[in-house]
Amino acid sequence: MRAETVHRLALRALALGYLGVLLLIPVGLVFWRTFEPGLGAVWDAVTTPAAISAFWLTIAVALIAVPLNALFGVVAALALVRGRAPGRRVLDALIDLPFAVSPVVIGLSLVLLYGRDGWFGGWLAERGIQVIFSVPGIVLATIFVSVPFVVREVAPVLREVGDEQEQAAATLGAGAWQTFRRVTLPSIRWGIAYGVVLATARAIGEFGAVSIVSGKIAGETETLTLLVEKRFTNFDVAGAYAASALLALIGLATLLAMSLLSSRRSPSTR
Amino acid sequence: MSVAELPIRAPRRRRLSTPPGALGLGVSTLWLSLIVLLPLAAVAARSLDGGLGDFWASVTTRQAVDALRFTVVVSLVAAALNTAGGLLVAWVLVRDDFRGKRVLNALIDLPFALPTIVAGITLLALYGKDSPVGIDVAFTQVAVLLALMFVTLPFVVRAVQPVLMELDREMEEASASLGATPGVTFRRIVFPNLVPALLSGAALAFARAVGEFGSVVLLSGNIPFDTQVAAVYIFKQVESDNADGAAAVAVVLLAISLLVLVAIRGLGRWGARHEG
Repeated sequence: MRAETVHRLALRALALGYLGVLLLIPVGLVFWRTFEPGLGAVWDAVTTPAAISAFWLTIAVALIAVPLNALFGVVAALALVRGRAPGRRVLDALIDLPFAVSPVVIGLSLVLLYGRDGWFGGWLAERGIQVIFSVPGIVLATIFVSVPFVVREVAPVLREVGDEQEQAAATLGAGAWQTFRRVTLPSIRWGIAYGVVLATARAIGEFGAVSIVSGKIAGETETLTLLVEKRFTNFDVAGAYAASALLALIGLATLLAMSLLSSRRSPSTR
Repeated sequence: MSVAELPIRAPRRRRLSTPPGALGLGVSTLWLSLIVLLPLAAVAARSLDGGLGDFWASVTTRQAVDALRFTVVVSLVAAALNTAGGLLVAWVLVRDDFRGKRVLNALIDLPFALPTIVAGITLLALYGKDSPVGIDVAFTQVAVLLALMFVTLPFVVRAVQPVLMELDREMEEASASLGATPGVTFRRIVFPNLVPALLSGAALAFARAVGEFGSVVLLSGNIPFDTQVAAVYIFKQVESDNADGAAAVAVVLLAISLLVLVAIRGLGRWGARHEG
């Protein structure tokens, strides 16, 4: 018994040490460094005109990208799980692509499509539409990186709840839309919520893809993550820490939302 | 199993001219094509703009080869270290019990929730030139490894944890009662059950590490032939208007990630077969 306890404590210490050195101490230190000069300084750093504009741009982009992908996610999950159309497996395999593509490659791909020499570059230029180095490019990049999240959360829930209730509703005379709204949607809503939380975190935190397509014009196409990088490379370390802490707080809020939702999202653990 | 869960044969549906879900599948495929596939096709096309010869020349410049090689090696090391660390953490989270375990469990996902650029700044605060513990690895290959380990930390933990939770303890008890030491029981009974999950977690971590940019860009110092990873190399080529060179290396990076993704799908099937 004695040796077992020693083993257990040793393993616990090792695991905690590993997490501490790699994750907990660095993140804790950034918060410490941020708030060391006092709350006033932090407040000033995150309320400069550039920071405020970056904050609202980040929120606006997420507000466009995430609902579109949530809609796509529900439609795609229904088609994959409930549908019988051929080609489902191909779509199923391709949905994970954004997870496997480097953010930099995503940015490059958008430049090659919508940039000056891109496939649609000439057509867009003739009409005076600028995508790259402007907000539409940032939106497209953010949609790209956050495509898979809602599908990947909703599809397993749909599979698990089965379609008996939907069939019962149909037998009782409900139309397709009514069945979806009254039967399917309530059973997948927590799955959707979980996917939306993950997609939002990713959308707010995206850096690589956005950094290539944004052009980084302060007050116009600068998102929060880009602001962090700019401040850091311009030796405004305190400013970079303050903006980082703001993003880290959003990350922690995401974790909180995840753990609150995780027990609800699947019917078997409810 | 409750009555509601019993498999009930679905009543035969009216035969429709189009299979159910065809419209949804069409709309989803269109969205995915516009947002994801078309841009990636543009990269592939651009890399072959000047023919295979130009593609090969772009990929085999000394700087590109060095960046790709370093990326693959450092990603493998990060994935391997996190496989060991992830197994350890998953084990402690499932089998041990202590105050604050639930909070710790939630914090494992922090690297997923934290923007990558913040991850980089975070590591620089502890392991950069202002390090309070006197460890300065900024702009070295070790810094790149640390960044990749940080961002891929959750993969193995989250892959192993559910398998470990569902593992039948009776086998271990039987093994112990037959006189096996805890070490032998772990090696012969527990570990073989975890191998598929460990491998798929490690593969996911590797795939993520290969393309990583945000956490590395500040830490690596971007020194060619030393700390420059492929993603940063591509970024620099885009900045200096060498889209051809960027596209060529991007295609190689894409190919590596896709291979890993296919391997993970295969692993998933293998794991499922082993369970049944």
